Amino acid sequence: MTERHGVDISADSDAYKWGFRDETKYVYRTERGLSQHVVEEIADIKNEPQWMRDFRLSALEVFQAKPMPAWGPDLSHIRLEDIFYYARASDRVERDWNDVPENIRNTFDRLGVPEAERKFLAGVGAQYDSEVVYHHLREELSKQGVIFLDLDSAVREYPDLVQQYLGTLVPSADNKFSALNSAVWSGGSFVYVPEGVKVDVPLQAYFRINAENIGQFERTLIIAEPGSFVHYIEGCTAPNYSTNSLHAAVVEVIIKKGARVRYSTVQNWSNNVYNLVTKRSAVYEDAVVEWVDGNLGSRVTMKYPAIYLMEPGARGEVLSLSFAGRGQQQDTGAKAVHVAPHTTSIINSKSVSKDGGRASYRGLVKVYPGARNVKASVRCDALLLDADSRSDTYPTMEIAERDVSVSHEASVSRVSEEQLFYLRSRGIPEREATSMIVNGFVEPIVKELPMEYAVELNRLIELQLEGGIG
Amino acid sequence: MTDDSPLLEIDDLHVSVDGKEIVKGLNLKIKRGEVHAVMGPNASGKSTLANTIMGHPNYRVTQGRLLFKGDDIAELTTDERARRGLFLAFQYPKAIPGVTVVNFLRTALKAVRGADVPVREFRQMLRETMALLKMDDDFARRYINDGFSGGEMKRAEVLQMGILKPEMAVLDETDSGLDIDALRVVSEGINSFMDDQRGMLLITHYQRLLNYVRPHFVHVLYGGRIVKSGGRELAEELEAEGYERIIAEQAEEVAQ
Repeated sequence: MTERHGVDISADSDAYKWGFRDETKYVYRTERGLSQHVVEEIADIKNEPQWMRDFRLSALEVFQAKPMPAWGPDLSHIRLEDIFYYARASDRVERDWNDVPENIRNTFDRLGVPEAERKFLAGVGAQYDSEVVYHHLREELSKQGVIFLDLDSAVREYPDLVQQYLGTLVPSADNKFSALNSAVWSGGSFVYVPEGVKVDVPLQAYFRINAENIGQFERTLIIAEPGSFVHYIEGCTAPNYSTNSLHAAVVEVIIKKGARVRYSTVQNWSNNVYNLVTKRSAVYEDAVVEWVDGNLGSRVTMKYPAIYLMEPGARGEVLSLSFAGRGQQQDTGAKAVHVAPHTTSIINSKSVSKDGGRASYRGLVKVYPGARNVKASVRCDALLLDADSRSDTYPTMEIAERDVSVSHEASVSRVSEEQLFYLRSRGIPEREATSMIVNGFVEPIVKELPMEYAVELNRLIELQLEGGIG
Repeated sequence: MTDDSPLLEIDDLHVSVDGKEIVKGLNLKIKRGEVHAVMGPNASGKSTLANTIMGHPNYRVTQGRLLFKGDDIAELTTDERARRGLFLAFQYPKAIPGVTVVNFLRTALKAVRGADVPVREFRQMLRETMALLKMDDDFARRYINDGFSGGEMKRAEVLQMGILKPEMAVLDETDSGLDIDALRVVSEGINSFMDDQRGMLLITHYQRLLNYVRPHFVHVLYGGRIVKSGGRELAEELEAEGYERIIAEQAEEVAQ
């Protein structure tokens, strides 16, 4: 009798749900591998000012000097010399959907982007390979003085703003992959919200890697002036290809006095992508940052959104969700750095592992001397769906002040036979019962996402449970 | 099939758990419209019987038959049994964090009906059944069994029975953990659910539930077998004299 009750939620299709791939004709791409020549070529193609060219070239030196990080997941299978570091599918940055080349439009149609836009989006910055091909900004936002552009255009149109802030939170030398991004970055979003402006619809960018062996190195910079608010959403899906691919992004978010920024991500990379992302926010007096981060897919993800609480009253929260399936390693977590007194951080991390997948929580809570009356809480919960899967936690606490309240809680649970029996005794089939338990587990994070993303994330989780992805 | 044929028929049932035989040749017939009570001391096999009827994977039927509406269900999955009209009110219901009572009920109702349930109909049914069980509206938005008190869990079990409307309900120690007021409310819920088209099996250690939910038949379970059957008066006899005398009688019979 036991066999038919055993958890068997693998099987079915091995096709990656969004693993379709349109034929893309590249207008231009650089040679394989990375060299000064390639970096100079990127700067030439983009016709960049000297300061940006210098930024890239000095970052290249850092990248070449730094060893691969060895403290986390195994990165030795990345063939840096085989990657195309820049490719462009279309010549122009488009504003009107109808002007976007048809095959690119098809891809987005299948992803439902225009439909999503019709519903509630203020603007769509859609990254197709390494260049933004579609960019739309509603007139109301322009009138409010909100800038929402691809970063390439921002370098041309708002050079002073970009130069003032770019690389201030994540310097090139921060780590090997932030250096790589600084050297070859292309695309990504630039968001500037003027003082007191509250953007009441989410700004959203839809990313997609679409060519074999083409890395994606987008870079996002968000500046929220005092008293402003913006919710920025990035969602990523990628087609399935056969050789390893690299995604190394950098995100910097500056949140000034009394402002609030929410940054939501739902990522679903195909299972061969190395997803190595540096995300960091500086939070000033009485300002708030909220990172909501959902990581599905990829071969390896390393991502630890960081909160630097710079002035009294600053608050930050990270809600992180990871799903590790077969052959996947999700190494995710968060960093909360309390520089100033009277600051608060909350880290809430949840992971689900299945079919031998491995999910790790890696986090840092740091309190500087003199940062009194600090509150920091870390909670990480892991759910294992079978005995082959694995979960680890690597929390680090560096507390140099006594007057602090720091808590850390961790739990590991399994989908139990008793829970399944209970749900099945109500007529719910085993597969649905399992996904009910998993969806319940992630619910506290999913409910923080806009409805459309919450629905999509739940659907992606169902697909993961069915073994339909990868 | 006529209405007079048994709804649930258990025939020479033997059940093992971890290779150890717990139920050893149990016979029971329950017709539509009948309430049966199975009483017995601890470790007599009461919960094993409940779990076996519902198809818990750890309980292995080694011999005998388990018929529901004339079909042998011993090889069916738990969820298939539920969809055919069986229900178990758990002694220890499981928490499913993040899943609200209302979502859980809607999913379960859709599963047993095999079709979507109109929202209006569902809401009305939920409101009425909760009112009957004297439950606050907020209850529907809580996560199922997560942080529930013992009494709340038992009410939630009876709420599910009232919504899913199974043809055959097995209630495992539904009276345990209830104070006298809660016992009365839960009993009212059980009574209002019962009609001449359904069957019910109450599994209990004590007879106090039977003061409120009147069984037509009472069976004493001991050592994995039903050792005595009778009417309601048997429950009173047990209450007055305890299990010892009946167990002793049984021992004599075996000795003879």
